[in-house]
Amino acid sequence: MGDPLMTLPELIRGVRGARTQELVQRECARIRGAIRTGDPQAGTTNLTKLLYIHLLGYPAHFGQMECLKLLASPQFHQKRIGYLGAALLLDERQDAHLLLTNSIKNDLAHPSPCVQGLALACLGCLGSAGMCRDLVGEVQRLAGDALAPMRRKAVACAVHMVRKVPELSDIFVPVCDRLLKEHSQGLLHGTLLLITEMCERRPDVLNHFRKAVPRVVEILHNLEVSGYSLEHSIMGVSNPFLQVRALRLLRVLGQGSEEASEAMNDTLAQVAMNTETSHNVGSAVLYETVLTITAVHSAPGLRVLAVNILGRFLLSRDRNIRSVALMSLLRLVRVDQSALQRHRATVLACLRDPDPSIHRRALDLSLALMTGANVRTMTQELLGFLETCPPAMKPPCASGLLFAAERFAPNKRWHIDTMLQVLTMAGSSVPDNAVSRLIQLIVGAGELHPYIVRRLYGALACDISQVEEGQVPALLERVLQSHLSLPPTRALALTALMKLSTRLPGDIDRIRRIVSVFGSCHDIELQQRAVEYNALFRKYDHLRASVLEKMPLVRAEEEEGAEVVAPGGQKRAPFSTAQEEPSQVADLLDLLGGPPADPLVPAGSDTPVAESLLDLLEDVTTAPPIPPLRVWEGDGLRLDFAFQRPPADPHLLLITASASRTQPGTTSGFLLQAAVPKALQVQLEAPSGTSVPGPDGAPLSQQLRVRNPGQAPLRMRLRLAYTPPAGVPVQETLEINDFPAAAWQ
Amino acid sequence: MIKFFLMVNKQGQTRLSRYYEHVEIHKRTMLEAEVIKNCLSRSKEQCSFIEYKDFKLVYRQYAALFIVVGISETENEMAVYELIHNFVEVLDRYFSRVSELDIMFNLDRVHIILDEMVLNGCIGETNKNRILAPLFVLDKVAES
Repeated sequence: MGDPLMTLPELIRGVRGARTQELVQRECARIRGAIRTGDPQAGTTNLTKLLYIHLLGYPAHFGQMECLKLLASPQFHQKRIGYLGAALLLDERQDAHLLLTNSIKNDLAHPSPCVQGLALACLGCLGSAGMCRDLVGEVQRLAGDALAPMRRKAVACAVHMVRKVPELSDIFVPVCDRLLKEHSQGLLHGTLLLITEMCERRPDVLNHFRKAVPRVVEILHNLEVSGYSLEHSIMGVSNPFLQVRALRLLRVLGQGSEEASEAMNDTLAQVAMNTETSHNVGSAVLYETVLTITAVHSAPGLRVLAVNILGRFLLSRDRNIRSVALMSLLRLVRVDQSALQRHRATVLACLRDPDPSIHRRALDLSLALMTGANVRTMTQELLGFLETCPPAMKPPCASGLLFAAERFAPNKRWHIDTMLQVLTMAGSSVPDNAVSRLIQLIVGAGELHPYIVRRLYGALACDISQVEEGQVPALLERVLQSHLSLPPTRALALTALMKLSTRLPGDIDRIRRIVSVFGSCHDIELQQRAVEYNALFRKYDHLRASVLEKMPLVRAEEEEGAEVVAPGGQKRAPFSTAQEEPSQVADLLDLLGGPPADPLVPAGSDTPVAESLLDLLEDVTTAPPIPPLRVWEGDGLRLDFAFQRPPADPHLLLITASASRTQPGTTSGFLLQAAVPKALQVQLEAPSGTSVPGPDGAPLSQQLRVRNPGQAPLRMRLRLAYTPPAGVPVQETLEINDFPAAAWQ
Repeated sequence: MIKFFLMVNKQGQTRLSRYYEHVEIHKRTMLEAEVIKNCLSRSKEQCSFIEYKDFKLVYRQYAALFIVVGISETENEMAVYELIHNFVEVLDRYFSRVSELDIMFNLDRVHIILDEMVLNGCIGETNKNRILAPLFVLDKVAES
C-alpha cells in the first residue's frame, strides 16, 4: 500500500472524474487491507469512504466488523460513525447483527445522553425481535424518567419494538398514560405515535386508550387556540405535524366506537372551520381532518362539511390538492353518492385539467356519479372528453361510457346513438363485447332500423374517405382496398359483400370479381374466405341464397354460448331501387363472420340448409377430451392438472389441480399461486384444504379457471409453498410451457 | 410509514439514500433508477404524488436535485410534502445556502440531520433549532 490513504473529499473528487470503477475497486482493496491491519486513526476516514462507496451501489459488507469496532470505541466521533455505518450496512439478516446487542446495552447505560441517544436510534432501526425483548426494560426506564430529548428517542425506539413484538405493548401502556400528561410538544408527538401503533396492533390496547380521547381532543384544541408559537408554527398553522398525528390517532380510536366519535365531533368541526388553507400546510391538516371525519361515526352535518371541504379543494389552483381531493372523493362516492352530486360540475371541469393523472381520477369519479337523472348531460361531456383524450385513456373511457349507457339509457334510440358515437370515436379501443351488444340492440329495436341504417352508412362513409357514391358495393370495395382498413375490417367487408350478392342480383358479377381478387391475398384468413365464397359462387350457386339468408334473432342469454351466430344483415342503400324487404337489418360489424367454415359440405337431402348449418356448428364445438398433465413431482409430493373445456364457452379452460403424496406423511401449509401471460386471465377458486395427506388419503384439489379469448398459447408460472413432514418450509417456482395444444385452441 | 428517502440528481446519480425497510443492494439501484425516470418524465403541471407499485411517491424538485420519498398507502402525502420542505430548510440553515456539493462532501452530517427528523419511518423532530443542536455540539467537539 504505497501512497497515503485518501480522505473522503479526495475520493469523491476522484469518483466524479472518469474511470469510476477502477478507482473504487482500488480503494476498496486498500480499505480492506487497512481494516485487517487495524489502523486506528484512519478508521473513521475509511468507514466514511466505505459509506460513500456503498451509496454508489457497490458491495461494502466487509466494513461491518469495522463498524462494530468503532461503535465500541470511547471517542464520541468514532462512535457516531460506527453507529451510522451500522445503520446503513447492517440489517437483521447479517451475522454481525447479534454482536450489536452487547454494545447497545452498554451504551444505553452510558452517562452521556448523546451516547444513549445514538444507541436508541440504532436499536430503533435495527433491533431484531430478540434484541427488543432483551432491552425493553432499559428503554422503558429511559422513556419514563430521562431528559426530554432522550425520552423522545426512547419513545421512537419503543415504536419499533412494538412493531416487531406486539406483546411488548403491555409494558409501554402505563408509560404512555403518564406521558400523555406532558406538555412538551415533541414528546407528545412521539407518544401519540406510539399509542397509534399499539392500538393498530392490539384491540385490547385500543379499548384501553379510548378513555384517552378527551385528552387528545384537549391537545388538539390547545394547538388551535394557542396562536403563533415561534418554534413549531409553519406558515401560521401551529405545529401541523402534531395536529396531523393527533387527528390520525382520533381516527384510529373513533372507528367502531360511537361514544368516542361523539366526543371528538366538536373539535373536528372546529379544526375544519378554523384552519386556513392558503398554503399546503393548512390543506394537509384539513385533508387529515376530512379523512378522520369520514372514517369515524360522525354527525351527518359534519360529513356534509367534509364533502364540501373536498369540493373546495377541487377548485384550488394547486394541482396536488386537486389530485388528493379526487382520490378521497372516489373513496367516498362508494359509500355515499348523493352528497357528492353537488360537485359534479367541478369534477367534469377537472377532465380538462392539464395534468393527465387527474384526468384518470376525474373520469372514474364522473362514471361513479352517473345516475338516471343526469345521464344525458354527463354523457355529452364524457363524449367530448373521449374525442380529445390521449390514446391511453380511450379504453377505460369507452368501456365506462358503454357500461353506463347500458345501465341508464332512457330509451333505445339514445342508447344506440351513444354506442355509435363511442365506437366512432374510440375506434379499436372498445372492449370486444361492445360490438356484439350493439348488434343485439339493433336487431331488437326493429322500428328504428331505417334510422340506424342511415347512421351506419354515414359513419362508414365518413370513416374511409370523402366518397359520395350511392352504391353500396362500391363502398365496400373501397373499404376492401383502402390502406387504412385492418384485416378484420376487410374480412367483415368481404362477408357483407357476399350477403349483398343475394340481395342485389344486378351486381353479382362485380361482387364475384371483387371476391376472386382476394383469392390470392397474403392474409390467410381473407384468402380462405375468398376461396370459399368463390366456391359458393361456382359450384353451389343454388345453395348461396339459402346459406346467406337472414339468420334468426339472437337473444341476450345465448350470447354466452358458442353457438352465437351473428344475425345476417344487409345494408340498405339510400337510393330507392331497393328490392330487399325493409325489415332486414344492416350488419357491418358482423363479428363472427357469416357462413360456417365449411360450406362445401353438400346439404344432401331435403332437410333445409339452415338446420344442417346449425348442426354443423354443434359438431364443431364438442372437443375431444384433453389428456391430463403431470406438472411436478418432488419431495414426496406430486401435482397434476386435469383439463376440461366446457362446450358452452370456447374461451374458458377449467383446470383441476390435484396435489397428492407418494410417500407416507403429511405435507402442511400447501399453497398454490398461478400467473399467466398478459393476454390471458386466471382465477383460482378456494382449495379443498391446506394439507396434503399420505398416499391413502384424498388428494388436495383446487380449481383454476383460465380465460383465453385470443386463443394465445397457454403458459403458466406456478409458485408452490409447502411444509414437508421434515419441517422446513419450502417454496418452489415452476414454469409450464408444455400444455397440450387442445387446451388452448 | 416512510419506506425510503432519496436525493437523486437529474443525471440519475444518488446523493443520499436511506431505506427504512430492508431492500437488497441490486434492487436499490434499480429502484432508484426507475423512480428518477418516473419523476423526470413528469411535467410541471402534474402533481407531486405518483402511485408506484404498491406504494406512493412524493417528490419535490430543488434546482437539479430531486428529493423523493416513498410512503405507504395510509400516510398523509401532503404532510410528507411539508416534511421534505422542512428538511431542505434545515439543510439551508446549517450549510448556509446549501448546494449539491455541500451534501456530497458532508454526507455524514446530512445523515445525522435526517436521522433526527425521520425516526424509523415516522416523522420525528420538526423544530429546526432542536434538530441542529446536537450537530452544533458535535462540531464543537470535533474542532477541539
